[in-house]
Amino acid sequence: MSNMIRRYGAALTLLICLLTAFWLLMLVIMPNITLLESSFRPYLPVTEIGGPKDVYTAANYMKVFNGDVEVSPLGFTFHLPVHVLTFSLTIFYSVVVTLICFLLAYPLAYFMAKILNPRSLPTMFLLLFVPLWVSEVLRAFAWWIILALKGPLSWALVNLHIIDKEVRWITGYNGVMIGLVYTYVLFMIFPVFNAISSLDSNQIEAAEDLGAPWWRIHWRIVLPHAKPGIASGAVMVFMLSAGSLLVPSILGSTTSQWFTQTVQQWMLDALDWNTAAAYAFLLLIMCTLFVSVVMKIFRVKLSDIAN
Amino acid sequence: MSAGIDLQNVCCDFGNFRAVDNANISIKPGEFFSFLGPSGCGKTTILRMISGFIEPTAGSIKIGGKDMKGQRPNQRPTALIFQNLALFPLMSIWENISFGLEVRGVDKATRRAKAEALLEMVDLPGAADKMVSQLSGGQKQRVAIARALAVEPAVMLLDEPLSALDLKLRQHMRAELRAIQKRTGVTFIYITHDQGEALAMSDRVGVMSQGRIQQVANPRDIYNNPVNGFVASFVGENNIFAGSVNTAAEGMAGFDTALGPFRARLGELAKGGNLKLYVRPEHTILSETAAAENSVPVTVSEVSFEGAFIAVHGKTASGQTIVAELRNDGSATVPEIGTARFAHFNAAHAAILPDSTVGA
Repeated sequence: MSNMIRRYGAALTLLICLLTAFWLLMLVIMPNITLLESSFRPYLPVTEIGGPKDVYTAANYMKVFNGDVEVSPLGFTFHLPVHVLTFSLTIFYSVVVTLICFLLAYPLAYFMAKILNPRSLPTMFLLLFVPLWVSEVLRAFAWWIILALKGPLSWALVNLHIIDKEVRWITGYNGVMIGLVYTYVLFMIFPVFNAISSLDSNQIEAAEDLGAPWWRIHWRIVLPHAKPGIASGAVMVFMLSAGSLLVPSILGSTTSQWFTQTVQQWMLDALDWNTAAAYAFLLLIMCTLFVSVVMKIFRVKLSDIAN
Repeated sequence: MSAGIDLQNVCCDFGNFRAVDNANISIKPGEFFSFLGPSGCGKTTILRMISGFIEPTAGSIKIGGKDMKGQRPNQRPTALIFQNLALFPLMSIWENISFGLEVRGVDKATRRAKAEALLEMVDLPGAADKMVSQLSGGQKQRVAIARALAVEPAVMLLDEPLSALDLKLRQHMRAELRAIQKRTGVTFIYITHDQGEALAMSDRVGVMSQGRIQQVANPRDIYNNPVNGFVASFVGENNIFAGSVNTAAEGMAGFDTALGPFRARLGELAKGGNLKLYVRPEHTILSETAAAENSVPVTVSEVSFEGAFIAVHGKTASGQTIVAELRNDGSATVPEIGTARFAHFNAAHAAILPDSTVGA
């Protein structure tokens, strides 16, 4: 602190500290506390706010268990509250997105870190970053156009005689998955790339010299070394996917529902901000729990990820 | 078990740069062979070609009589010890050592037993369950050797593995490596820029410069009978005199220099111009009276005490420095700086050599 005062002067130091404090308190902590507080209060007409009915209750959170639907995955039929189903599907498809991102990112990251001539790396980075210059909304719409029934993808495949007639690509969760993978795969590539870059190439050669085939080199040498990078990439992709609203809204089909869309419906359609807040916190808490459990299973520590 | 290696007309180009130029060498099974040379001379490239990480641009490499063309490192009967050892930090010591066996599908109990036996052999018992980071430099060295021996290679390739150790440990590990080689009978190919290491450990040494093998001989011949100026200067110290041959007979020659006529052995490859006379400081004698031949008057300009010997520098009238080494055994009288002496040497200990045999 004294170092900062010496360097910037007392006035500027004070300003910097105040601005940081303002941002943290007013723009991050306060809204969250307000939301948390309102999530425990019932949704009431304006006249009754502060009245006898306005008491703290967990009722908003319990709404997630209302309204059973019948589901039959793999031939087993059972009943599930509709929002629990949405939540489970959100988690499940987020996991799938994370796995697909890893399968795409790992070979590319390995190629960039160990095979590609380092002089070509800046070009490679540029190619990877160019799509980020376009806003997320436009990118999602671009995919919506590409995947449309009479869109470019169907047209190209029909004309190449790979398929006979146009295919409806956006059905079920297809569109959402494609959109999410496309949007968040970079968050997997870079941590994994960093992790693999830090591996001494001699170790790969030593393993090969001792007789290891390529897959064993990856299984025993590269993957264990890259584990923290993979974990941090996976956490990011999973959290961003589960919390994404834009992609499921644009690329969703009539049969896809993302939990964030349920939150949005409580907020904008039902105008019940209290329940919306409760659902939002449920998503946050459950995702954090899920990630913690998975990290425990794979024996990854939070400090590993931070590196 | 151990295999010989034949390099025939092996060349290796990196773009326009020829890293190894026409290497021909035959290494016998069970031999301890060293490649000695300055950094960038191509010795590591030769090692990487033998282990299979680099394919030669031309020529053939045979291990145990079998052509290795197109064979990947994991298909060759060689084991490489890297300069930085490249131990696997996320595995325990015994897993490191038995990695090559794990690859070959050996069951866990056998692997563990083999690792323990090898640890015993490299004098590191009880370290099986430690992690790499818990070991000292010398201990890591031993683990690397054990890991390479575990796959029972026909040829061990060592890329300056001792360079990171301190002097005392390095000397100890030299003897250890030599002993392990004798015990296992495996062919060792050792890469180093340290002439002391190469001379002390090897059965034969190949001295390399600028991609070419300059001389292959046993350590004694490398030091006593270098074929050219590069080998003479890279392995040991010399007093060097430029000049030209006037008469030659029976392997001896008269040599005219600016300091007067000398007589010395004529090197086998000493033909044409660009010849110089090389004599070791330990063969150079300083005396108060002139000798019958090969005698130069000098003024003592510097005396440096090196421990086992004392290096006396004399300056000739023309300003050239001649170094004479006196053994520090109590018998030597060290001349004062500024005194006049005669530097002389026996003709049999001096050699007339070309700068370099080929190219360069």
